[in-house]
Amino acid sequence: MMGSFSYVRAGSVKQAVAALAHDGARLHAGGTDLLGCLRDRVFDAGSVVSISGIEELGGIAALSGGSVRIGALATLAEIASHPLIRERYPVLAEAAASAASPQLRNQGTIGGNLCQRPRCWYFRGDFICTRKGGSLCYAFDGENRYHCIFGGDGCYIVHPSDAAPALVALDAQVSIAGPGGSRTIAVEDLHILPKQDIRRETSLEAGEIVTEIVVPPPRAGLRSTYRKVRERGSWDFALVSVAIAAVVAAGKVSAARVVLGGVAPKPWRSIAAEAALIGHAIDESAAMRAAAGAVEGAQPLAQNAYKVPLLRGALEEAVMSLARP
Amino acid sequence: MSSLSKLRVRLRVNGEEHEMLVPVEKTLLEVLREDMGLTGTKHGCELGECGACAVLVDGKPVLSCLALPVELEGHEIMTVEGLAAAGRMHPLQEAFADLGAAQCGYCTPGFLLAAKSLLEQSSDPTRDEIKDALAGNLCRCTGYIKIYEAVELAARRMRSGSETAPEQAVLYGR
Ligand code: FES
Ligand code: FES
Repeated sequence: MMGSFSYVRAGSVKQAVAALAHDGARLHAGGTDLLGCLRDRVFDAGSVVSISGIEELGGIAALSGGSVRIGALATLAEIASHPLIRERYPVLAEAAASAASPQLRNQGTIGGNLCQRPRCWYFRGDFICTRKGGSLCYAFDGENRYHCIFGGDGCYIVHPSDAAPALVALDAQVSIAGPGGSRTIAVEDLHILPKQDIRRETSLEAGEIVTEIVVPPPRAGLRSTYRKVRERGSWDFALVSVAIAAVVAAGKVSAARVVLGGVAPKPWRSIAAEAALIGHAIDESAAMRAAAGAVEGAQPLAQNAYKVPLLRGALEEAVMSLARP
Repeated sequence: MSSLSKLRVRLRVNGEEHEMLVPVEKTLLEVLREDMGLTGTKHGCELGECGACAVLVDGKPVLSCLALPVELEGHEIMTVEGLAAAGRMHPLQEAFADLGAAQCGYCTPGFLLAAKSLLEQSSDPTRDEIKDALAGNLCRCTGYIKIYEAVELAARRMRSGSETAPEQAVLYGR
C-alpha cells in the first residue's frame, strides 16, 4: 500500500505548474517510477499531479527544418517503433527498445525516463542515504557492484536511463516549463552530478516539468548506435551502455559524440573517445583507441572494477558496428 | 481539477462499465482484485518487475501494480477473465492447457494477455518475437519453453481457424 495523497488532474501545463507549487506535490506522467517510489517509501506525496491527459505534451512529429519533436508524454514503446526515429536516429530507437520490459515501455514516458530516480538499492531501500537527506552513501563501502566508476562524489549512483545517453549523443534539446516561464536547454545539461547537488539528479528547479524534446535534423553521413550490456537478457538496467552518433564524410569521422550509460550519475560524455574517432576511418585501431580513451580516469569501487573491461568491449563493438553505413 | 482522497472512478473492464468510490492511492491491481473480485490478475512483486499483474489497456499490456485506476478512465481494460468468449476458452488458454505451459499457474494470466497482444499484431510471430513480447513476464516453474510452444500452437490454430493437435514432439519432448 502507498500512503494516501490527493489527486490533481492537470488540464494544461499552466495548471500542472501551479499545482506543483504545493508542498509535497509529485508529478505523474506514466506513473511507473512515481508509484514504485511511493510504494517503496523513497518519498511520500501530499498530492499527485497528473499530466497524462494534457494532449499537447504527447506525440512524435517532424518539424519544418528537419528536426523531430518528441512530446514529454511519448512512451518508450512509441519512440522505439516510430518510423521517423528508427530511420533517422537508430541510437534512440535502439535505446528506447532496450529499456525496461514491454509492459513498462507501454506505460513509461520519455519525460519520466529522463527524470526517473536512481535504482541504487540503498536509495530504494530503508536507508536514509545522503541523497535522501542522510549523511552517508551506503554504497561507497557497501554492496556497490552496480554503482558508478565515474563522477561519484559523496554518492555513487548511476543514471538508469537508456534514452538519455542516446539523446545526448544526438545533441537533443529539452524544453522545460515552470513557475518562471519556459526554457530550453541541451539534454546534456539536464542531468547533474552529486557534487553539484546531491539531492537531485536533474537541473530542474522546484515546480519545473519537461514538456518536449527536440532532436536536431540528422546530418548527412550520420551513423548512430546504442550498445547495452545487461545481466539478464530478458530485461534489465544497463551494467554499461554506449551511445554513439558519428558523422562520416569521405571515409573519415568528421564529428562524433560518445556517451556512456550505467557508469556515472549522469550520461557520461567521453571527449577522449570522441577525439580518438574524429579525423579517422572507423576501423579496429580507432575502436581500440576510443575504448582506451573512454575508460581513462575510471575510479571503480570495491565490487565494480569489472565495468572497466566491459565498457571497453562494449565501446569497441559499438564503434565497429558503425564501420558500414 | 479535482483534489480528493477518495474518487469516483468509472472503469470499463472486460466490456462492462463499473463505477465505484475508491481511495485514490489504490492501484488498478488492488481495485481489480479487492473491489471488483477479479482475482485472476495476480499480485506479484508490486514493483514492476514480474509481469504477474499485467492487464491489457486498449489492447496493450501494462502493469496494473503501477497504474492508478483514475488514470484509465475512458480506456478499455481487459483482464484474464475477459479472454474466454461465449463459454469457450481463448485459443491461447487451450494451447497452454494442452501443452502444460502452466504449472503453478501464478504467472499464466500475465503471459496469456501479453501473448494475446502479440498475436493481435502478428499472426505468425517468430520465436524471437515471442521471447521479446513475453520478456516482461517471469515464470518460476516452466522454464519458458512450454510457454513459447503454446503461443506458437495457439497462433497456428488461430491462423488455420481450426483445432490442430499438438505435435508429438511438443507434447512428449524430442
Ligand atoms: S506485480 Fe506488477 S509487475 Fe510484479
Ligand atoms: S507456472 Fe508457476 S510461475 Fe509460471
